[in-house]
Amino acid sequence: MQARPLRCRTGQMTKGSKHDVQQGEFQHGIWHYGNIYVTIYADQTGFSSPERRLSLAAVAIDIDGVSRTYPNGLRAIERVDLRVQAGEFVTLLGPSGCGKSTLLRMIAGLVPPTAGAIRLQPFAPGRAPLSYVFQSPTLMPWASVARNVRLPLELADMPEAEIARHVGEALALVGLADVADFYPRELSGGMQMRVSIARALVNDAPLLLMDEPFGALDEITRGRLDQEIRALWARRALTVLFVTHSVTEAVFLSTRVIVMAPRPGRILGEVSIAEAHPRADGFRLTPRFAEYCARLTELLALGGAGEDDLPGRPSGAFV
Amino acid sequence: MNIRLDSRLMRVLAPTLVGLLGLALWQLAVTAYDVPFYLVPSPALVLKTLVQDAALLFGSLGVTLRVTAWALASAVVFGVLLAFLFVQSRLLELSLFPYAVLLQVTPIVAIAPLIIIWVSDPAIALVICATIVAIFPIISNTTTGLRSVDPGLAEFFRLCKAGRWQTLVRLRIPSALPYFFAGLKVSGGLALIGAVVAEFVAGTGGTASGLAYQILLAGLQLNIPRLFAALLLITLAGVAIFFLVSVLAHLALRRWHESELRSEP
Ligand SMILES: Nc1ncnc2c1ncn2[C@@H]1O[C@H](COP(=O)(O)OP(=O)(O)OP(=O)(O)O)[C@@H](O)[C@H]1O
Ligand SMILES: [Mg+2]
Repeated sequence: MQARPLRCRTGQMTKGSKHDVQQGEFQHGIWHYGNIYVTIYADQTGFSSPERRLSLAAVAIDIDGVSRTYPNGLRAIERVDLRVQAGEFVTLLGPSGCGKSTLLRMIAGLVPPTAGAIRLQPFAPGRAPLSYVFQSPTLMPWASVARNVRLPLELADMPEAEIARHVGEALALVGLADVADFYPRELSGGMQMRVSIARALVNDAPLLLMDEPFGALDEITRGRLDQEIRALWARRALTVLFVTHSVTEAVFLSTRVIVMAPRPGRILGEVSIAEAHPRADGFRLTPRFAEYCARLTELLALGGAGEDDLPGRPSGAFV
Repeated sequence: MNIRLDSRLMRVLAPTLVGLLGLALWQLAVTAYDVPFYLVPSPALVLKTLVQDAALLFGSLGVTLRVTAWALASAVVFGVLLAFLFVQSRLLELSLFPYAVLLQVTPIVAIAPLIIIWVSDPAIALVICATIVAIFPIISNTTTGLRSVDPGLAEFFRLCKAGRWQTLVRLRIPSALPYFFAGLKVSGGLALIGAVVAEFVAGTGGTASGLAYQILLAGLQLNIPRLFAALLLITLAGVAIFFLVSVLAHLALRRWHESELRSEP
């Protein structure tokens, strides 16, 4: 069977459909379109991405040949290698069921990998190593918004005066200062999700893992929080690992977008978003933005259609 | 006027009307058929007896209620303690829970005489009997509640490196509250039943002053109106206990738990 090379530099990648393309058919390497860099991993072995050569000192998350097979035999993650540098904003993009949540949960130590190892950067003792925003709000229904947000600080025995200041800041950040005394069930789904985000931001952990945090939000709030989270990332020098289904959100937020594919869950490739910070809202309207989106959409399509409507979109849909 | 069926007014009005109607029919039937009062006394006569024998009956009510209150309190304390032990250690639960069930299914009338013989103070014997009757729903519900923690929240606590104690106080106990109160509603009534039954069994060997003793005595003396009056007091006491526990549950859960949320009228 003849390999299907990707025609580079023309701005057009050959798209594969689920039926006529199998894994391993693509030529791996780093391709560039103008100055947009796309890395394609033909498979997970024997290929070293550039950041593999970076010094270990700067690595915040080192995912080394990690697999996760659930007890029911489902291969949620298969031989994933990924190295996230301290200070990066990395987004995992992929169709539903490709193992994004599983990967994030393994990084947080909530589920163990069945193979491989995950190493996190050394963190100061007594300080929370990471914050996590779950895919659903998971708030305590018996506690007010403010008491939900202060939970991580209380568990860490922070002095009361400091707690109040941190909680106030976190709630203001997500725009919920006026509902601090409400109970979760008195809030809308999007508001609950913002409480959950505030709870994760309250403790200045250097590593922030966010699992589709903005999925339930309206377009305006989402746009505002995109900006807030980037500002926070820059101000606190955070390392962020962010999960989303949305190509546009991935491009706007990230310094690097990792594209994943399902069955088995694996990394297909990545696109570096080499745009300066801060990014104005107008960035979304630029031709470069559309170009990034097109590249990502093509990359997603290489993985075959997932359960989502993401892959298989004609390229240029974002232009 | 348009009264909605689930309005607060209807909730009180409907059962009250049914009750009054029943009482009226009862009164009518007793007078119409000239039923002798030593068989079925009329509601009016029961009320009159209640007023006449108020000192005696209300004194007895106090004795029974004291036993009930002590029994409910010890059922709560020991039931909750056992539930804590059960969730801390699976082995402990496996080895002890069957005996809790055993205690639950053994009729109290069968063990009450033994307890009354073994325990010299009759009041304490009665409290122990009533506790045995009332404790099971507390143990069983609280154990279930302590285990019914939202797995996502449990993960969050793990991420925050919360200790065993912190997790118990801040996560398990609040999660268990709705279950605990559901158990308490049942146990409140059971404590009263337990107290009355134990008193019956104890007879003159008991405190010889509770409501059950009055019923026993009134039955022997064929003082049926007093028997009815004592019965009425027990029933009212049971309703009052249920009401109190419900108010307590409402106060504790109203802001967050589904069971205490009313649809707005
Ligand atoms: N506890 C579990 N037991 C068995 N299989 C699981 C479990 N959790 C997830 N899976 C499976 O692992 C695969 C990846 O799930 P995961 O939740 O990581 O996907 P995802 O990429 O986060 O999807 P989504 O975007 O819909 O959240 C799915 O096919 C799912 O069925
Ligand atoms: Mg997920």
